Amino acid sequence: MKASANVEIKVDRKTVTAYLSGEIDHHNAPELRRKIDEAVNNRLPELLVLDFGAVSFMDSSGIGLVMGRYRLIEGLNCKMYIINLSGHAYKVMRLAGLEKIAVLQEKKKEVSAK
Amino acid sequence: MKVLNEVKIQLESRSVNEGYARAAVSAFVCQLDPTLEELNDIKTAVSEAVTNCIVHAYKNQVDIVYISIKLFENSTVQISVRDRGCGIEDVKKAMEPLYTSAGEDRAGLGFSVMESFCDGVKVRSKTGAGTTVTLTKKIRGRSAY
Repeated sequence: MKASANVEIKVDRKTVTAYLSGEIDHHNAPELRRKIDEAVNNRLPELLVLDFGAVSFMDSSGIGLVMGRYRLIEGLNCKMYIINLSGHAYKVMRLAGLEKIAVLQEKKKEVSAK
Repeated sequence: MKVLNEVKIQLESRSVNEGYARAAVSAFVCQLDPTLEELNDIKTAVSEAVTNCIVHAYKNQVDIVYISIKLFENSTVQISVRDRGCGIEDVKKAMEPLYTSAGEDRAGLGFSVMESFCDGVKVRSKTGAGTTVTLTKKIRGRSAY
């Protein structure tokens, strides 16, 4: 069956960036988690960036994804940035207090042509 | 309060159907002309409730999840998500933030999300018989802006 979420990993020296896309829910989260963890375990980065720019939906599985990755990097002296959050994803993360474990950054509002 | 419209959906408790469930609810609720934010709130709450049926009530066995959506005259939507699964022994505890019985990578925030994104969350559960979660939300709608 076609996956409705995906993650593309880019590595630049000590930074691992995960570009997430689609709908993050209980069904899709395990595969995303597996790919991010593989990159982190291979590279032992100093910075993990989760880019939510192309994420169209997220429920509390997204919170679990962030909290689980935090536990993974906690012992590595690695920081986590979560960027390009939609208003909705930002609201869900703030509900869980994730600003205490990662830097959260909202997506810039798109400016209309008019 | 008068019911304007109602649908009932039955789906198998397969995780792939979580996306279908929230999309179906969202499509029906659109009749009340919600804002994008209201729609996202409802989709998220439904996603939590259906995930609970799959992960907790049926413990990843395939059974049936029953969803009913009612739209009321006063622009309120009521969504009930029902299962015939194991039931919740201690509802109060299950609804506590960060409590989870599912272990690693479940945040234990499903009910917190439902409560925060809806106006009302009611849980009726009987051990061995099943659980019904009823979500209500007043739709202020795009016309309010």
